[in-house]
Amino acid sequence: MTVTGPGANGKKVGPEPGPPTIAVIDLWKSFAGRNVLCGINLEVARGESFVIVGGSGAGKSVLLKHIIGLIAPDRGNIIVDGEDLTQSAPARCLEIRRKFGMSFQEGALFDSMNVFENIAFPLRRHTAMSEGEIAERVRECLALVHLEGVETKATNELSGGMRRRVGFARAIALQPEILLFDEPNTGLDPITAGVVDSVIVEMREHLAVTMVTITHDMKSAFRIADRVAMLRAGQIVADASPEVFRSLPDPYIQKFLAGEPLEEDVA
Amino acid sequence: MSAEPAVFSRAEAFLERIGTNGLQVFEEVGRFFYILHTTIYWGFRRPFDGKQWVRQMVRVGVDSIPVVGLTAMFTGMVMALQMYRGFERFHAEGYVASVVSLSLTRELAPVLAALMIAGRIGSSLAAELGTMRVTEQIDALYAMATEPIQYLVVPRVGATTAMLPPLVALANGLGIFGGYAIVVGLLGANPVQYWDKTFQYLALNDVFSGLIKAAVFGLILSVTGCSKGFFTTGGAEGVGRATTSAVVMASVVILVSDFFLTKILF
Repeated sequence: MTVTGPGANGKKVGPEPGPPTIAVIDLWKSFAGRNVLCGINLEVARGESFVIVGGSGAGKSVLLKHIIGLIAPDRGNIIVDGEDLTQSAPARCLEIRRKFGMSFQEGALFDSMNVFENIAFPLRRHTAMSEGEIAERVRECLALVHLEGVETKATNELSGGMRRRVGFARAIALQPEILLFDEPNTGLDPITAGVVDSVIVEMREHLAVTMVTITHDMKSAFRIADRVAMLRAGQIVADASPEVFRSLPDPYIQKFLAGEPLEEDVA
Repeated sequence: MSAEPAVFSRAEAFLERIGTNGLQVFEEVGRFFYILHTTIYWGFRRPFDGKQWVRQMVRVGVDSIPVVGLTAMFTGMVMALQMYRGFERFHAEGYVASVVSLSLTRELAPVLAALMIAGRIGSSLAAELGTMRVTEQIDALYAMATEPIQYLVVPRVGATTAMLPPLVALANGLGIFGGYAIVVGLLGANPVQYWDKTFQYLALNDVFSGLIKAAVFGLILSVTGCSKGFFTTGGAEGVGRATTSAVVMASVVILVSDFFLTKILF
């Protein structure tokens, strides 16, 4: 089994015309009476790399978990390839989720399994591949994230950056159409964060998938994004290409880009 | 604007506390039945994970043999010793065997085994699932189109429910043997008479009812442990809380349901 996709065949990587892969329509969610998402609307085109940035507690993770159906909204719809996740039966939701691969903040690797078993898990669960084919696929996925020879390591023997990359390898094992990244380089040193970003860019070139990433790291956002959106207090306050985003006059965005505190936060 | 008399605000706070606690109880009960319901729903759907079942059955059943066996044996021994001294006063020593076997099979073996397993397995289920929840491993399962209830909870609840009756059967045997060892070995009673009396009043129904109780306790303690773990929030501290309250809640529910089961079964 080889990794194939439009990108691998030399086709241009980037958003494609046509109906969006993901559409979020008027999404509302509150926890314990506090509004976390307040009427989010966004669309992600097929093949696009969309990055959502925002401060801590802005609702980024909550939004990402809505997109894959891990959290049910109070109101609103999430359309994936024309199917509404919020209106689908649980069994159908599981089917729709197979289109996704998701990488979690700390990797969320199963600590009762080693690296190989972690990546083999979705393959064993959802395919009829033989053990030989699974081993080959695991090796391929690990090669794609530049990790080799770590198959037998326990997950607690891995460094932070390695954990993320094993998480990526597990997310791409089933060749998903959409990849979601939850804070892929939070808590990593700048060099490791750079490596993780370049792995994401390479994965995109090889797999030609649609990607949605949430991060608060602007450097990383500009490295991997076709389009950047800013989430603030549960609302999308900006949505533009990286070049345009950089020059947006909004004072909050400028402070965010410069890493300066807001007056209201200091007060 | 603080003209409100203090007595009202105190009463208000008191009522608020009652309300909050009441809501919490409803929430707990709701979660318990949610896990029970979804476990039954996913339990009869493919894929069937044989390996997980075997692993959990070994963990609950085989690994619990020493602790349950010891508990049952010493309970049988203590009962025999206590009752022999008591019955001796009105020359009814012969009935010690009957009382030991009846009370063990009908009551003590299922309840004590369930309490021991609640401590051993209920807590570890809550800790395991709770850790998986706070480290997003449960979310990762969902994200990989795997239903966590089916993959994690069904084998754990199923294995615990299935393994409690055999453990209790073993506890019955060892408890009766413990009584025998004390009365015959230590106090010098007639061994043949002791065996006769052990089985004279013991009906098959007594044993079966005990085993049914055991299965129900297994279901209760595993669903409690899983529900506590599955809905854990608040990091490491949350896992600690979930673990403790899983054991406390399971033990209390076992003892309360024991009364109602006894009322229904006997």
